[in-house]
Amino acid sequence: MASETKHAGNFVEKPRTIAALREEIAAGRAKAADLAAGYYQRIEQINPQLNVYLSLSKERALEQAQRVDAMAAKGDPLPALAGIPVGIKDVLVMKGAPATAGSKILQGYHPPYDATAVARLEAAGAVLLGKINCDEFAMGSSNENSAYGPVRNPVDPERVPGGSSGGSAAAVAANMAVATLGSDTGGSIRQPASFCGVVGVLPTYGRVSRYGLIAFGSSLDRVGPFAANVRDAATLLHVIAGHDAKDATSSPAPVEDYAAESDKPAAGLRLGVPAEYFAEGLDPEVRAAIEKGIDALKAAGCEVKPISLPHTKYAVPTYYLIATAEASANLARFDGVRYGYRSPQSATLSEMYRHSRDEGFGAEVKRRILLGTYALSAGYYDAYYRKAQQVRRLLAEEFLRAFAEVDAILTPTSPVPAFKLGEKADDPLAMYLADIYTVTASLAGICGVTVPCGATASGLPVGMQVLARPLGESTAFRVARAVESAGIR
Amino acid sequence: MTAKVTVQDVERVAELAHLELTPDETGRMLKDLNAILDYVAELNQVDCAGVEPLAQVGELSNVTGEPRPDHPEPSLDRAAVMAEAPESNGAFFKVPKVIER
Repeated sequence: MASETKHAGNFVEKPRTIAALREEIAAGRAKAADLAAGYYQRIEQINPQLNVYLSLSKERALEQAQRVDAMAAKGDPLPALAGIPVGIKDVLVMKGAPATAGSKILQGYHPPYDATAVARLEAAGAVLLGKINCDEFAMGSSNENSAYGPVRNPVDPERVPGGSSGGSAAAVAANMAVATLGSDTGGSIRQPASFCGVVGVLPTYGRVSRYGLIAFGSSLDRVGPFAANVRDAATLLHVIAGHDAKDATSSPAPVEDYAAESDKPAAGLRLGVPAEYFAEGLDPEVRAAIEKGIDALKAAGCEVKPISLPHTKYAVPTYYLIATAEASANLARFDGVRYGYRSPQSATLSEMYRHSRDEGFGAEVKRRILLGTYALSAGYYDAYYRKAQQVRRLLAEEFLRAFAEVDAILTPTSPVPAFKLGEKADDPLAMYLADIYTVTASLAGICGVTVPCGATASGLPVGMQVLARPLGESTAFRVARAVESAGIR
Repeated sequence: MTAKVTVQDVERVAELAHLELTPDETGRMLKDLNAILDYVAELNQVDCAGVEPLAQVGELSNVTGEPRPDHPEPSLDRAAVMAEAPESNGAFFKVPKVIER
């Protein structure tokens, strides 16, 4: 079912491209139902080792596959993702399928509706395989915060896949789906994509509807795709992007044909390299790989110049104040009343709230709720939350000024390659610092793509982050495509 | 912005957030919150005089203010929603005693 690049103790396998699979289905040389069955077989085989899928939606998937096969048999024109097996991060709801957000507090919840991004995938012919593991409420950078156990990195199962969408990245890297959806609040798509050696997209804030996404930080949350190559990621974004009346922050701007745009050469584009992203703390092997990528872009005809984003060092503290403040408000809804877990032994309502939340939430979620509640509480609001919002404006304006001079900005996606399970688990601050290159774009609302850009000597993938101005996804895809074409080892 | 968090602060914030912490958890959170707040104190170095806080990045300011047709649409099926509740009678959510004495 795919080209093998597997060796002992390694689960890496590259999925076939969407274009190739769709073409075979359209021509009658392959059946969507067989393709789905093949994927379920692989999932059953390796999920026990990697812990990627939390639940499978076989009935729904096979029904959809049969619909696609019937269309193909009749010779009907097939939609963009006809028969393509896709996995969904378990923070996006699918009607009737368990939605856990990686938390015990949502145990037993079967939402009665589909997230907009999920519905749009299915309307475009995608076959939804199931729900994928992640950090609890998307809070984490290693996937170790899932109440259902950590996901392991297919490149090296002793290492984390990144987080919070670690399962979505691992699924593509291990060919347990052709593509997946994730969510990114501070780097949760880009960092795991780079750790697992796949492509991940941070769409502009408002580009993809948040309807049906279990909220973490509402002014930061984005839904975006993972795929094994840039063109497939662009194809998925084209399907899920666009205005949705059910999300009040959804952008009415027209959606571009990102896949076609990604085919355009990057020559002539002006690219900025910010010195602040190549400073202390950057792993030398990651730096070397990114420098090779930058050289490849120069060779492809791009104009590369140094730029400066001096507020970068304030991004992590700004992010953690804003994200936790918003999370403390968003997570107030999990109280044991309307859905999910209720603590059985409570004499009064207020006891029931406290017991349900205490037993239902994990340590990192509690830590963030407490930090956010503190930052919003009387006497501290101005010093913490308001201050962070002011710095957020400075960060956003700094990016917009930079984009007056360059078309895209190149950085490493993460300062380090995938680390070992347990390595940072006891030090929340060290874990937060792993997000240093990704939280900036989250705060500024701009878009970006992370694309594989070589590896360390021991074979751990390195990702280059290509950032572009709001609604500049097409530009980011073009640059990422040029990096991909260079085939950096 | 360099205030040290005390055990009383952690307990007060936990109460505001409807979280019940064991003494162990309180100790751990005290340590973590102080470490994180020490770190975020870096923001003190940024001069923000005259900077408007940025609450959201979209240029959209008042989507509901635009004149638009006001027509009712069906919402989620009530039975399907109520079926997800830990305890309900089909029309209402049931909870333990509200008034404490």
